[in-house]
Amino acid sequence: MSIVLEQVTVSYGRGARRFDAARDVSLSVAQGDAFGLVGESGSGKSTVLRAVAGLIAHAEGKVVLDGQTMTRRRTTAQRKMVQMVFQDPYGSLHPNQTVDQTLSMPVAIHKLGNADRRVAAALDEVGLGPTHRFRYPHQLSGGQRQRVAIARALILEPRILLLDEPTSALDVSVQAEILNLLSRLRREHGLTMLMVSHDLAVIAHLCDRIAVMNGGEIVETTTADALAAGDVNNPYTRQLLRSNKGLDSSGGELDLLDAVPIRG
Amino acid sequence: MSARPSIAPAPDTLRAWLLEPAPASRGQARLGRWFRGWLAFRRNPLALVGLAIVVALVLMALFAPLLASADAAVHQVLEDRLQPSSWAHLFGTDELGRDIYARVVFGSRVTLTIVTLVSLIVVPVGLLIGLPAGYFAGWIDTVLMRLTDIFLAFPRLVLALAFAAALGPGIENAVIAISLTAWPPYARLARAETLTRRQAEFIQAAEMQGASHLRIIATQIVPLCLSSVIIRLTLDMAGIILTAAGLGFLGLGAQPPAAEWGAMVSTGRNVLLDQWWVATIPGLAIFVTSLGFNLLGDGLRDVAGGRG
Repeated sequence: MSIVLEQVTVSYGRGARRFDAARDVSLSVAQGDAFGLVGESGSGKSTVLRAVAGLIAHAEGKVVLDGQTMTRRRTTAQRKMVQMVFQDPYGSLHPNQTVDQTLSMPVAIHKLGNADRRVAAALDEVGLGPTHRFRYPHQLSGGQRQRVAIARALILEPRILLLDEPTSALDVSVQAEILNLLSRLRREHGLTMLMVSHDLAVIAHLCDRIAVMNGGEIVETTTADALAAGDVNNPYTRQLLRSNKGLDSSGGELDLLDAVPIRG
Repeated sequence: MSARPSIAPAPDTLRAWLLEPAPASRGQARLGRWFRGWLAFRRNPLALVGLAIVVALVLMALFAPLLASADAAVHQVLEDRLQPSSWAHLFGTDELGRDIYARVVFGSRVTLTIVTLVSLIVVPVGLLIGLPAGYFAGWIDTVLMRLTDIFLAFPRLVLALAFAAALGPGIENAVIAISLTAWPPYARLARAETLTRRQAEFIQAAEMQGASHLRIIATQIVPLCLSSVIIRLTLDMAGIILTAAGLGFLGLGAQPPAAEWGAMVSTGRNVLLDQWWVATIPGLAIFVTSLGFNLLGDGLRDVAGGRG
């Protein structure tokens, strides 16, 4: 198992003002698998992802990545193992730094050497070329920025890639490109992925197993196929399926993947 | 890193090379960015006037011995005292018969020295206090900001006066006195800029890559703070020059016979009604210089704002 969460609780505040953003979340993802966390805003899915990323501390439970129990404080080697792609490609790249600078920094931090070759290879891997290398973020499109963000995550050769709504800020056509890129990278590098999204279609495109979160808890863990078939037990999951389908409130048969033009 | 093109671009293609949307090297990318900033800056005529004034001031200070004789600035010819403007003395002479033109030219050196030294002290101190306060928050923020508040609570000129009086008159002490009172706004500015960026995703990404706090502050936050700090500094220059002149006026800045604009105004006030030029000419120098820095700062702010 590459990612194991045991009864993880993340809370803000203390005492009477304590608020649990995520409660008793348990899940496990095997090496090379892709796992999706889906839920509406405020369901705690991003909180769980950030606890796995080491960006926030978890109050209770265990986060085990690649056999090592993790806290918020991590060693450089532990940092290298887990990387993340953020939601907003406009906010996740430093506005005053060229793509080259952005990609060179992680190489310098981990003293990997060969920065020049590594940056070129990372750009090539995400479908960008030397013409993009010395541009500033404002000279790139949203999709290109997200590719740079993916290259930045991959340049450290992580085992685990965390995805925080990586496509929600992009056009539908670009969404598909980025999702296809992510599936290819997962195949080629044997990456373990944990992805958060409110969009069932996006999640189902990339992930085999899916957990539905509501109010800080996992209400149901299912598979992409079961979701596509509408074969779910929990009432909240049904509701979510219906809302993703759009205007259809009849509650009839759901064909998720026809509803949103992502596949293909 | 990739080398710059080995052949220097010809002048007519230089512009295209600078504006290249897909630069081929770090140097080209950086120069292109500066060039775009300059193009935006150039569209503002008032800012260009400010830049011209500041450049003229710097040139005047650098080449003062070529523009006027150093001797004339301090040489007293008592029989020539309080002469109006003439070909021998372009701006007339002061109460000790010294050439006011030469004194204004050499006074720019004193003013620029004070302004430069104050900038060199105020910006690092402001960043050193403001960056950790905004970045680490919590008790570090509380301690550093209360310290800043204490310094902010003193009226600027009065505190500078007290320091200059305690340390003894002189340029160095005037610089220290001005710096002590001028840094708090920079600390606050740096803190505010840091706070707005602290939660940015590129900071979180750097954190995830294992960047140390020092690296994040130095490479991610400082470049973003620096532009607003520099703009603030340019706009503050007028205030610094006026404070320096004020200290000089009160006899706590540069000491005679050194030419200092504030001190020149001070000595000229005794004869203001009959020999107006003695106080007015250095006063104009102070005014024009302050105006130049203000216009330049406004222009820089507009450029930085436009680039977002």
